[in-house]
Amino acid sequence: MWAFIHKLGSPRWFYGMSAKMQPWFWAAAVLLLVVGSLWGLAFAPADYQQGNSFRIIYVHVPAAFLAQSIFIAMAVSGLVFMVWKIKVADMAATVMAPFGAVMTFVALFSGAVWGVPTWGTWWMWDARLTSMLILLFLYIGVIALRSAFTRRDSGSRAASVLTMVGVINIPIIKYSVDWWYTLHQTASFTLTSRPTMPTQMWLPLVIMLLGFYCFFIAITLMRTRSEILRREASKRWVQELLTDPMLSTATKKAR
Amino acid sequence: MTPKRKQKLWVILGLVSLAAIAVGLTLYALRANINLFFSPVQIAQGDAPMARQIRAGGMVKEGSVARDPDSLDVEFTVTDYVDDLQVVYSGILPDLFREGQGVVVVGELQADGHLYADKVLARHDENYMPPEVAQALKEAGYSPADYQTSAADK
Repeated sequence: MWAFIHKLGSPRWFYGMSAKMQPWFWAAAVLLLVVGSLWGLAFAPADYQQGNSFRIIYVHVPAAFLAQSIFIAMAVSGLVFMVWKIKVADMAATVMAPFGAVMTFVALFSGAVWGVPTWGTWWMWDARLTSMLILLFLYIGVIALRSAFTRRDSGSRAASVLTMVGVINIPIIKYSVDWWYTLHQTASFTLTSRPTMPTQMWLPLVIMLLGFYCFFIAITLMRTRSEILRREASKRWVQELLTDPMLSTATKKAR
Repeated sequence: MTPKRKQKLWVILGLVSLAAIAVGLTLYALRANINLFFSPVQIAQGDAPMARQIRAGGMVKEGSVARDPDSLDVEFTVTDYVDDLQVVYSGILPDLFREGQGVVVVGELQADGHLYADKVLARHDENYMPPEVAQALKEAGYSPADYQTSAADK
C-alpha cells in the first residue's frame, strides 16, 4: 500500500501509469455519456408535473456532484502536497481547478434555466444557490491565487491552504436544504437512501453521473500528464522522452 | 511520518477546524436570516415585520384557491398545517402552482393579516415520476409526495 502511494508520488511513474489508464476512462466516458444522454433526453419518461423540463436533471445533478467532489479532491491533494511534499498532488490540484469551476458554472446555469419554468424565477438568494455561487468564487479564487505568485511553490501553498479552508463550504452546500428553508428542494439523488424516482428515470441519471466522473478522471489524467511535462521539463527522463522517441520506448521496456 | 510532517498535519487540521468553527458560529448566529422565508407559524407569532417586503412559504391549502373570473386576481391560503396565512395576488402564477404544492410568496404583510404578494414562486419536492405512476399512486390512495414510502411498502 505505502509502496503504491510512494510510486504514485513519482511524476515519472505517474506519467507511465496514466498513459495506460487514460484510454479506458475516455472510452468509458464517451460510452456512458452517449448512452446516458440519449436515454435521459429521448427515452426516459417525462415528469408528471414538470413535463420535459425535468430532463435538465441529467446534466444539472451530475455537474453539481462533480463541482463538489472536485473541490474535495483538490483539498485532499492540497493536504498531501502540504504535509508529504508530493508534487504530483499539487499538479493534479492545479489542473482540476478550472474543470471544477466549469462544472460549478454548468450546475448554476442549468439550475437557472430549470428554475424559470418550475419555480418562476431564475435566481433566488436561498442558502443552496448562494453557497453554490460561493463555491464558484472559491474556485476562481484558488485559480487566481495560484497564479498571483512569481514563485510557483508559494502559489501552490497558498492555493492549497485556500482549498483546505474552503472545503468547509461543501457540507454547507450539501445540508443547506435540510438546515434552512430554501426554494431548492431536498436531494433527489443520494447514495444512502432509496431513489425518489422510478428506475426508468433513475438509471439514466446514474449512467450520466458515472459518465461525468469518468470524463473528469480522463481529463485530469490527461492534463496532469502535460503539467508533469511542463514542470519536469528540465529532468533527464522528460528530455529523453521528448528528444528520442525510440529511446523512450526502450526505457519503458527496460522498466 | 517524520515529526515535522506530523506537526504540519496538526497545524493544517487545527487551522481548518478553527475556520470551520468560525463559519459554523456565524451561520448559527445568522440562522434566522439565512432562512429564505417565514412559515405561517412564525408570522402568526408576530416574528415577521409588517408593511415591509418579506417572503413567506408553505403549502397551498387544498380547496383554498379562489380566482376572480374577470381579472388575474387570485386569493389562496398558505399553510404549514399548524397556522394559515391568507395571500392576495394579482398576476400570472407559475406553471407548477397548484393546491397541495409548496410556494414561496414575496410581498408585504398588512394590518388585516393578509399578505399582499408581488411575486409567487412554486416550490417542488424531490420526487419525480411519469404521469402513469402518479396516477397509479393516486388510485392506490397515496399522494405523489409519498412516493418513497409507498415504494418501501411494496
